This record gives sequence, C-alpha cells and structure tokens, in this order.
Amino acid sequence: MDLLVNFIVIMLGAATPLIFAAIGELVAEKSGVLNLGVEGMMLMGAVAAFAVTLTTGSPLLGLLAAMAAMTAMALIFGVLTLSLLANQVATGLALTIFGIGLSSFVGQGFVGKPVQAVAAVDLGWLTQLPVVGRVLFGQNPLVYLALAVVAAVAWFLYRTRAGLILRAVGESHHAAHAIGYPVIAIRYGAVAFGGAMAGLGGAYLSLAYTPMWVENMTAGRGWIALALVVFATWRPWRVVAGAWLFGGVTILQLHAQGAGVAVPSQLMSMLPYVATIVVLVLISRDETRIRMNAPASIGKPFHPER
Amino acid sequence: MSEKSWNITRRTVLGLAAGAVAIGAAMVGPFAGSAQAADPLKVGFVYVGPIGDHGWSYQHDQGRLAVEKHFGDKVKTTYVENVAEGADAERVVNQLAQSGHKLIFTTSFGFMNPTAKVAKRYPDVKFEHATGYTRADNLATYSGRFYEGRYPSGIIAGRMTKSNTIGYIAPFPIPEVVSGINAFVKGLHAVNPDAKVKIIYVNAWYDPGKEREAAETLVAQGADVLVQHTDSAAPMQLAEEKGLTAFGQASNMAQFGPNAQATAIVDDWSGYYIERVQAVMDGTWTSGDVWGGLDSGMVALADYGPKVPAEVREEVDAVVAKIKSGELHIFTGPIKDNQGVERIKAGETATDEQLLSMDWYIEGIDAQLPKK
Amino acid sequence: MRLKLEARSHTPQAVVYLTPVLAALLTALAGALLFAALGYPPLEALHAFFVQPLSTANGLAEIGVKATPLVLIAIGLSIGFRGNVWNIGAEGQLVMGAVAGGAVALAFYEVEGWWLLPLMTLAGALGGMAYGAIPALLKTRFNASEILTSLMLTYVGVLFLSYLVHGPLMDPQGFSFPQSRLFHDDALLPTLGYTRLHLGAAVALFVVLAGWFVMARTLIGFQIKVIGLTPAAGGYAGFSQKRVVWLSFLVSGGLAGMAGLFEVAGPIGQLTPSISPGYGFTAIIVAFLGRLHPVGILLAGLLMALSYLGGETAQIELGLPLAMTGVFQGMLLFFLLGADVFTRYRLRIGSPKAAVAAAKAAPKPAEEGA
Repeated sequence: MDLLVNFIVIMLGAATPLIFAAIGELVAEKSGVLNLGVEGMMLMGAVAAFAVTLTTGSPLLGLLAAMAAMTAMALIFGVLTLSLLANQVATGLALTIFGIGLSSFVGQGFVGKPVQAVAAVDLGWLTQLPVVGRVLFGQNPLVYLALAVVAAVAWFLYRTRAGLILRAVGESHHAAHAIGYPVIAIRYGAVAFGGAMAGLGGAYLSLAYTPMWVENMTAGRGWIALALVVFATWRPWRVVAGAWLFGGVTILQLHAQGAGVAVPSQLMSMLPYVATIVVLVLISRDETRIRMNAPASIGKPFHPER
Repeated sequence: MSEKSWNITRRTVLGLAAGAVAIGAAMVGPFAGSAQAADPLKVGFVYVGPIGDHGWSYQHDQGRLAVEKHFGDKVKTTYVENVAEGADAERVVNQLAQSGHKLIFTTSFGFMNPTAKVAKRYPDVKFEHATGYTRADNLATYSGRFYEGRYPSGIIAGRMTKSNTIGYIAPFPIPEVVSGINAFVKGLHAVNPDAKVKIIYVNAWYDPGKEREAAETLVAQGADVLVQHTDSAAPMQLAEEKGLTAFGQASNMAQFGPNAQATAIVDDWSGYYIERVQAVMDGTWTSGDVWGGLDSGMVALADYGPKVPAEVREEVDAVVAKIKSGELHIFTGPIKDNQGVERIKAGETATDEQLLSMDWYIEGIDAQLPKK
Repeated sequence: MRLKLEARSHTPQAVVYLTPVLAALLTALAGALLFAALGYPPLEALHAFFVQPLSTANGLAEIGVKATPLVLIAIGLSIGFRGNVWNIGAEGQLVMGAVAGGAVALAFYEVEGWWLLPLMTLAGALGGMAYGAIPALLKTRFNASEILTSLMLTYVGVLFLSYLVHGPLMDPQGFSFPQSRLFHDDALLPTLGYTRLHLGAAVALFVVLAGWFVMARTLIGFQIKVIGLTPAAGGYAGFSQKRVVWLSFLVSGGLAGMAGLFEVAGPIGQLTPSISPGYGFTAIIVAFLGRLHPVGILLAGLLMALSYLGGETAQIELGLPLAMTGVFQGMLLFFLLGADVFTRYRLRIGSPKAAVAAAKAAPKPAEEGA
C-alpha cells in the first residue's frame, strides 16, 4: 500500500510539467496554431522563474515572471506566424533554438545557486491521513494548479461561448472569419496562453520539482508535451491521462530497475515511449472520433484574402 | 473570400521591435575583453556539456579558469562547449589546432578517436584526452581515480544507514561507473555486510527531473542513503527534503543539501592543468597516462556534513590517509564478482587496465550488468 | 498610416531572390547590435560567423560535411510535408540507418571488397526505411498520428543504439567503453583530398537533382502535391492518402537512414552512442527554410551548416558564448521565415480603402513588380 501511495505521489510530480505545457499547447492547437517551440519556452520559463525568484525572494513573482516572459516569447511566434504568415512548424523549431540559447545565456549567473522553493502543502491532520492524505492533501501547490488549469480549459472549450468560437476558428478559419470573428486576435490569445502555460511548466521544474537552474534542464519534456496533445486527441482530460501514463510507466521501469530486474536499462527506458505508442494505436482505431477532435485548420496560415 | 482586411499599424511593429532590443540590452552582462600580451601560450578546451551543467564540464571549466588565474597574461585560453560526440568533435579539435593552440584538452571519452585523428595531423601541438586509452607522442591521457572517493563514501553510508538500503543513481553502465559502484560497495560491506544496494540507470549524464524520479523511486523502495554518479543536484535536494543522507557528485553540492550531504566526490582538474601548461611552457611536456586520485587532489572529498558523527569522521579520515599513502589499495584481492568468478587473486591489486575496463559487479550486488 | 498585406497571385522572380538577402541584412544588423551590446566587436563577430568558415578550402569542405545529412534528410521530409505527412522522427530513422549499415560493416570486419560500401549504404537506407515504415503502418492501418509515433520512436531508436554499443556491438578490444570497433578502410567513404568531405556529399547533390525531377516532372510528384492541397481530390484521381503516407515515410526514412550511414562511415568511422547532434530535427527547419524546393533546401542546408560552424569560430576566435550562437541562429531563422511573407504577399502602405481603390485601378495587379 505504501509503495502504491509513493508510486502515485512520484507519478503526479513527474507528470505536472508535461500537463502544464501540453494543456497550453492544446489550446493553441485548438485555435488552429501548431507551435513546436514548447521546449524552448519551457526552458525560458524555467530560467525566468528562477532568476526572478532568486532576485526578489518571491516564488510567486517568479511564477508570474515566467508566465509573462513566455507570453511575450509566444507573441514573437505570433507576430511571425499570424501576422507575417511564416510557416508554423519551422518558426516553432526556430523558437526552440532561440529559447535554448537565450535561456543558457540568461542563466549564466544562476548555475549552482539554491533558491527558495515552492514547498508542498501541509494541511496538518488531513495530510497525515492514511493512504489518501499524501496523495490528496500533500502535493505541491503547482500540482493542483495544473489540474485546475485542465479543468478550466475543459470548461472553457466545451461549456462557454468563447470556447466554442475558439474551436470554430481552429476548425475553419474562413468560416469563422466570414461570420465576423477576429480570427487572428483569437489565435494570438491562444498562442499567448500556450506560452504562459509552457512557462509555468518550466517554472515548476526550476522552482518546485528540482529547484535549481542548469542548462537544458527540461531535457526534452517540451517534445513529450507536444506528443501528449496528439495522444490526447485534443481532449483536455486525456492530456492528464497521457501524462500520468507516461510518468507512470517511467516510474514503473525505475522500480523494476531498483528491484534488480535483469533487463538492460536502455531497453527499460524505452518503455514509456513504447507504451504511449501502443495506447495511442488502441484508442486511434475509431477514426471518426479523432477526426471530430482534431482541429481541421491546424498549422495552416490564415489570410482573409485566400 | 472576405471583406475584412488584415491590418497592423506600423507603430505596433516598431514598438515590438524596440521592446525586443530593450530586452536584449537589459540582458547585457559585463564582459571584459581578455588581455593580450606578447605571444601568450594558447590553450584550448573542448567540453561535451554546457559549462552551465554544474557538473562534469563545469568542473573542467573551473580548471581552465585556474590556469588563467595562475598564468595571467602568459596564457590565452579558449573553450568550446556543448560539442557533440560525433562528427563535430574532430572539426572543433582541428580548428583549435589550426588556430594556433599549442595545448588542447578534450574532456570526454567520446572525443578520443577524433582527438587521435587530429593529433596525427598536428605533431607540434600537444593533446590531452580525459578518460581514454589511445595515446601518441603528442597525445596524453588523464583521468581521475574516482573510485578512491567512492570507497570512503561506502564506509560512511554503511555507518549511517538505518534501513540498510542504499540507493545508487547511475548514468550509463560504463567501466568508470561500474568501478565506482564496486568501490562503494566494497567500502559499504567492509563496515556493514548486511546493507543492500539498489541501482538505477537513468541513461543520461544529467537530467534533473529523471534523476529526481529515480531518487524518489529508490527512497520508496526503502533507501535512506542516496549516491549519485549523475551530475545534477536533484537527488541531493530530495535527500535534504526527506531528511536523508546523500553524497555529492563532481562538485560540492552542500548548498543544495546543507544537512543531507555527508561528503561529495569533487573533481579538481586545476592542479593537473596548471602542471601541464607549465610543462609545455618549459618544453618538458611528454606524453603519458596520468590517473590522479585522492593523493594528487584530482579527486577530493568535500567537508563532512553535520550529520556525520565524530567517530565515523575519524574512521574515514584514517582510511583516506591510508589510500593517500598507498597503504590501502581498494581493489586488492581476493575479489569475486557477483557470479562467483574470482576476478582479482589474493594478494594482487587490480591493474589500471582492469580498472579501466571493469565490466563486472562485485560480490554482494543483487543486479546484473547487460551481457555482451 | 496602416500597413496591409495583399495576396500575390504570382511571385516575381526578383522577390524570391531578394527576400533572403533582405533577411540576411536584417540579421546582420540585429546581430551587430546584439554583439556590440554584449561588448564584442560586432564586425569581427559577423566576420567570424559568416566569412571566416568560408575562407579556407578545409572550411568549405567542412560545411559540405555538415550540410550533407541536413540536405539529404530535408529532401526526403519535403516530399512528405508537401503531402501533409508529418515525419518528425527522421532523427530516429537516421540512427536506425546508421545501426543497420554499421552492423554490416562490423559483420564484414576486415573483409575487403568494393561491394562493401554499396552494401552498407543499401542496408542503411533499408534500415531507415524499415523504421519509417512503423509510423506509416500505424497511420494507415490504425489511424495513429504519425507526429506522435515518429517522435516517440526517435527516443526508442537512440536508446536502442545505446544498448547496442554498450552490449552486442561493443568493440571487444575497447576496454568495455561504449563504442564499436573502428571501421576498416573498405568500410569507410572515400574523401576529397585531405579534407573530410566524403562521397555522401555527392550523393546528396544527386538526391537534390532527383528530388527536383520527381516533384516537378513526374506524375507521382504531382499526385503528392494534389493530396497535400486537397486530400479529397486524390480519391477522384485514383490514388489515396495511404499511398502518399507510405511513399513519404519510405523515401524520407530511406534518405535519413542513408544520412546516418554516411555519418558513421564518413566522419565518425564507428558506431558510438551519439552519432547525430539532432540533424533529424534541424532538417525540418531546413526543409521549410528551403520552401520545400530541392534547390532551396540545398541552399538552406548550406546556410544552417555555416551558422553552426560560424558559432564555433566565434567561440574560438572571440570567446562568444555558445548560448549567443543559439540566440543568433534563432534570430536568423526568424528573419528568414518572416521575410518569406513578401514572396506570397505584397505590402501596401495607406488606408485600406486606398489600397482597394489602387487594386481596382490597376488592370492586372499580379503583373506588378515583376
């Protein structure tokens, strides 16, 4: 039982940066914009949060700074792809190169310094409760925040008029435009939200999960987040399921290694990736349902005259 | 298709551009141009990671900075960081040789063959390759006897564990890592034969998130002491958070685990680098294979953490003194591997070649290395 | 005053060639400002980035070495991208090609024969193809998104290579270090003079020509383009999205695999845990930077290669931190991609009404500026 509780706690922590980054990207993609710059934005978010927290002593300011800075960075992407109609895939990848470089440059003075971390909540007797205590009441505040954001996004996309419009823009920008919705403005908003969430995902790493700054500390999590959006077939709660699956299998293979299972570690490390593929294959077989969720005009530039 | 036109004002564009420039300008750090003197010796360094990894490459760069400090304007150092171990390495080493660097340190195993190729082309340039085995008249190798630091760590771990379970976070199953694990377990079992070691390979030299996940998993499996051969301080932070004991890697990690860190195995390349630069200046440089251990200071143990009791400190100090004096060689036989095969005979000590290529776990480890 | 973009129905040749020049000038300007702000001599830095690597024969050869895998992979990817097939996993296919071709070299270790290199190349291409076939199969048979499967398989491929060089393919005389034997001479690509420029570069050039021919002059190229524009239209014309998926993945996988083999049989000379610094991902940028056109891809690949070499030179000559190379590369790409807008749209200055009036007044707006 203890092992199971521990397993869930570790998995929740590991999945959180993926959930943040993926839910932001999901909103951007639902509006029809594919931003492959998530990895770069996460890194910039991580260093921005770290730098501001270290300088001001306030993790809250750090988190806000990460969101603000990444909103700005996402807007660079927006100007290029939405206003100048540059290719989204290439611009996103360029954003990643830019973000990796800029984050390591900004972070030069911060390597090897400890920071005041965002601590896990402690609700006294609630946290002490057997089994459910630590899982439900003993997590890092950002772990709860990630789930709250998913809930908010799910509500927004499927229960509000604004969400409907955003989906309509992603479905057919020409139709949405003809009805009179400001396609470009809506997409700017969605991309900015995606940037802010990627920033939070990075900030979670540098302020809560592993409170430090080292270059390239996201180590590819931005890419996994991108894959999770596809895995989720653009449904918010499935992002959570995907992140838990990926995190869960990662922890399982670590457990197996620790227990001395005689399988080469490289093959064990493949498991989370293989598991994600297998599950995707299983859930993708119903073609029509995926078609309904995938935004039809994803990645396509919008210009009113064409 | 539509009537609305898409507009931006020029001011918006200019405003954004100005903002970007302002952001760029705000990030300006103080960078002074390096001082030039008459014909300084140009020394090049090639790093596999970014110097911001705060681990392996960072420590080599500390060595480079020590060279600059020691020789002042008599040297000019250059470094190239984050050089991929593939086709890029040879080009970078070649470019350093071509641009007048007379001594070049390449600091990762994967740079061995590229360095050897370039060394052939530039007989007048001296090359130094870390952790490899290919040598030439102008290509020397050097490495640290990191296992000498592992053995005392094992003793501390054996004395401090309550659960008799040690968690070991390893990067890749290569000889340097395996000999470190073996030396640690030998120290551990010398004082506490009942203690068990659980090993997780994370398949990365540094990935803070993954290292944390491995550390948490090991703690969930009962470990109360964490050892790491990976570079980031994430396991140390976890140990601090949970009130456990841990050992730093590559650099002193006390700032991340002021209570948790029992000691750290610190790589200190500055002494060696200064010595070799001096040798080139004096014209006395010769090729060779230098392995520095605790004795030379290339491998050093950081100050004990507050939790290490006085009697354990005394015990470990005595062991360290014996290692330094050469009285104690860690891999002295009889040593069996965990399959029961005798690897080192009674009375013999492991040769450097045996250490360099160690691919077996010592008796007492309940895990398997992959078969070849 | 307002700026307005107006769609071009025809792109004048001059604009096609001038926009990259404009972008390069803007990058040089922004770069100079950036370097100056950081206290580095701006002109020297730009010189180190763009001129110095080109100033020696060896430098030129090295650019060819660096550009070869980028161009090979990007040509393959461009076919899929035109058909809306998203192969994000060329990196994995590169690795598997290197593994397959490298395994052949090791299996015939010290066996002499002219046939060995062609056999290795074939194995490399087949290895990449086979690995590319997995996402294609999962897409066509199970409808699984190729973006996810190809990306995830990249991680699997890299781990598989790591497993092999730590185990079955490890050099028996290599002191248990993670690497294979060094390939023997007959398993190494011939190089040009004393440089590292290898036969793979010539193959890449040939592939550029072949790519141009296929896309511009053959029915299959036409089919891919049609499917990319309107998937439904393909059905009427008697060919399917599935065929395009298969074709894209087999071609791009094969070329990526070949690129991987050329790396290990060329400049590296053995199997090691890291054989590519992300060529499979950079090639995606190269493909789009080259506007999915083979000749454009060739130029884009050379430019990317130059920017990497320039970054190293700037580090060595001026001590410019590597981080700045990333920032500078990012800026270069932003400008290039942003400037592309002028090939498709025309900038109008003035109020929207005036623009409309101007458009109406002009008899054939599309011909303007040609």
